[in-house]
This record gives sequence, C-alpha cells and structure tokens, in this order.
Amino acid sequence: MSETLTVRVNGTPVIVPAGSAVAVAVLLSSGTSRTSVSGQPRAPLCGMGTCFECRVEINGQPHRRSCQVLCEENMEINAHG
Amino acid sequence: MMRATDVLIVGAGIVGAACAFELARAGLRVAVVEERFTSAGATGASMGHLVVMDDSEAQFSLTRYSQVLWEEIHEELPPYVEFERCGTIWVAADEEELAEVRRKCAYYHDRGVHAEILDPQALHQAEPQLRMPLAGGLLVEDDSVIYPPAAATFLLQRAIELGALLHVGKPVVSLSKGSARLADGTTFSAGRLINAAGQFAPRLTPGVQVKPRKGHLVITDRYPGTVHHQLVELGYLKSAHSLTSDSVAFNVQPRKTGQLLIGSSRQYDVAHDEVEPDIVSRMLERSFEYLPALSAFSGIRVWTGFRPATPDKLPLIGPWLEDPTLYIATGHEGLGITTSLATGKLICAQLLGQTPAIPAEPYLPSRQMANAARVETNV
Repeated sequence: MSETLTVRVNGTPVIVPAGSAVAVAVLLSSGTSRTSVSGQPRAPLCGMGTCFECRVEINGQPHRRSCQVLCEENMEINAHG
Repeated sequence: MMRATDVLIVGAGIVGAACAFELARAGLRVAVVEERFTSAGATGASMGHLVVMDDSEAQFSLTRYSQVLWEEIHEELPPYVEFERCGTIWVAADEEELAEVRRKCAYYHDRGVHAEILDPQALHQAEPQLRMPLAGGLLVEDDSVIYPPAAATFLLQRAIELGALLHVGKPVVSLSKGSARLADGTTFSAGRLINAAGQFAPRLTPGVQVKPRKGHLVITDRYPGTVHHQLVELGYLKSAHSLTSDSVAFNVQPRKTGQLLIGSSRQYDVAHDEVEPDIVSRMLERSFEYLPALSAFSGIRVWTGFRPATPDKLPLIGPWLEDPTLYIATGHEGLGITTSLATGKLICAQLLGQTPAIPAEPYLPSRQMANAARVETNV
C-alpha cells in the first residue's frame, strides 16, 4: 500500500496518496474550490494551472492554484473563498 | 436612408451617455451613434474614481458640481454600478507633501468640501497596510468609486427609456451642418450634433485639440479588507501634471468585490495599446513602496487605455464656433467619469439657452482658438 498524507479541507481531515495535488484533496472533500463574484460554486477544471478555477487558501495564503501545489502533511486548505 | 432627430451624439462612452441622459430628460429626441460598442474607449479602461480635484478653480468647480450630481442620483444607481462612497486619502510621504496636504485641506474647507488631515497615527489606523512611517494624509470623505462601463450603461438605459435611440457598431464618417453621415450610408439630420468621441473627436472635427494619453491598470484577485479608501500619493500631482515625460504614481482603489485596482501611469506620444512591461513594473514597484503587502498578491489582468487630454488640462464642453449646429464634449483626460454628469448638464443648458449652474466659460472650445492666437502673437 502506498504512503498517504492527511490534510484538512475546511477543517475536515482528508487522507490522500502521497504526491497528490491539493486539487485532489479538494475534489475528495468539498468538491468545490471557490465561489465566483456572483456566488456560483467553482471547481478544479483544467488541472494544468491555466483556468484558475481551482484557487483555494493554503496555509493562510489566498488564491493558490490547488492543481499546482502538492499536499503536505497537516496542510490547512480553505475552499470557502 | 435619412433619419431625423433633435440631437445626434457621436460616442457612447460615459460623456456621450451623460449628454444623452440629460437631453432625453429635457424632452429632446436623442440618437447616440457609436463606432464600436458602449464604453469601448477610455470609459471602459478607466478606474471610476469620483474625485474632487483642485488643480485649478475651473477644475474644482466642474469636479465638485459633478460630485454633487453623482450624490443626487446615487440612490437610483443599480447594484451593478458598484457605487461606493469609500473616500479618498491623499497620502503624504514627506514634509513637503504634508505642506501640500495642509494647503489642499484649507482650499477644500474654504469651498465647503469636507476634508480632514490625518497625522501618521490616524493614517495608520485608517489604513494599517500602508508602510510606516509616512508624514500623514488628507481624507476626503465624499469621494466615491463606481464601475464606469456599468455607469455608462445605466445612463444610456435611462435615456433609452425616455425615447433615445442607441446605434452601436456604426462608424460616423462626417459630422457637420446638422448632418451626420454613417459608413453604412445612413444619414441623420439633427438640429444639434454633439461630438463626444473622446480621443477620436478630431477625426470628425479637425481643429479639436485632444491627444491620447496612455495609461496602464492592473487588477488583483480578491483580497477584501486590504485597503478601505482610494489611496493616492500626493506626488501624483507632480507626475500627473508633467506634460512631457512618462510618469507613474501610486493610486490604489478597493473594489466592492474585494479586488484592488492598481494604477497609475501616464504617457504621451505612444500610439500602440500594448501593455508595456517596463511601465507596469515601475507602476507596481511604486505601489509596493506604499503598500508592501501588494507584492504577495496575484494580479489577474493588466490593460491599457487612452485618456483624451487637452493642452490646458480642462475639457472641451460647448459650441464649436465654425459650425452653429455642432457642440463638443471631450478632452476630460483622467476625470471623465467624475465630470460626465456636469458635462451633460452644461451641454443641455447650452443647447436650451439656459444659464448653467456653474460658469461654462472655462470649458468652452473657443478658448483653444484664443490660446492659439495668443501664442502666435507672442511669437
């Protein structure tokens, strides 16, 4: 069995395989990454850093592209933005 | 095809929109013809800072009158116009600029504008993200921000509700003697013509002295609560008034969405609209000097626009002497959003032969001819 990591998405622990992008943790838990100006939910779309729909707050830093950052143990992810 | 109307306005930026709004309210039949789309020029590229300025008495009168007019209609503005009375803080970096703060404050007080001097502590409390130390600032509470293209849309919609007609995607090839000829062959006959084509006004009315003055803006992602007022460095006055060289100044605006608009730059004699990385770098570095937190923010869009600038830094509002049917409304440089409403009022009063609320003389296009004659005499 491969190594796993535990991160928290909106305060809820999520277990992901080591080497997973933060977007994976987001999709396994809240499913949505952020909210548009008009209040619509957004989720990771392109998976390659282009569409910016996957932005979340990571360890207090807002607007990080979750598909471009790898999960680290105990990472705090806020997908309410 | 031939069409008839009371007034034909060329240009559906905010100045053309404000003229249409006033003239339609006065009961006139109005047609607005726009070469591209509404707010396609300076209006769509601009910041939307409704600001009282004191570069000259005439500039003060026009901006102050406009600010009062915006106050009068602000409750009618729909949410999409994003009107917010966030106020302006003019930031003084040193003692020299603080002296300017004191002068500006006294000037505003003398003319009934509320302004308050902030010492370094009060400035820090009002805007904790500003770097320390700074010499102080001037808070002008009644200044506001709006989203300019939405404001132009609102004014045009009001005019349309009152019977105005809007034609977009229609280049005008000639405009004179009560007649406007469109590229598609349509001809409008109108009692009065208004050239509100911004920087393009001289194409239809040769002799109008406006030059495009390029600017860059950056908008960030959403970082709500970073700043609470429109923040402008007092050094802005020095750079904005330079008529020759490229200049940048710290000018940051909080949007209702939590985004920040970062400006500003001014360039003459640049015709291309491409984003220039060296100018953007200088502009951003200037903003980081005042708001260090910005350097960690992500900018999501950069764009350019052209302000219609006149040699004496006042707009051209009023009749064109060579053609009794023609009026000019352009040359508002960086203040067109603020002064659009007063421009509409002045044009309307002039068309109807009424006395405007403020003297119209400083903005009359005929002054350019008088100035040109004076220069020739001096030579």
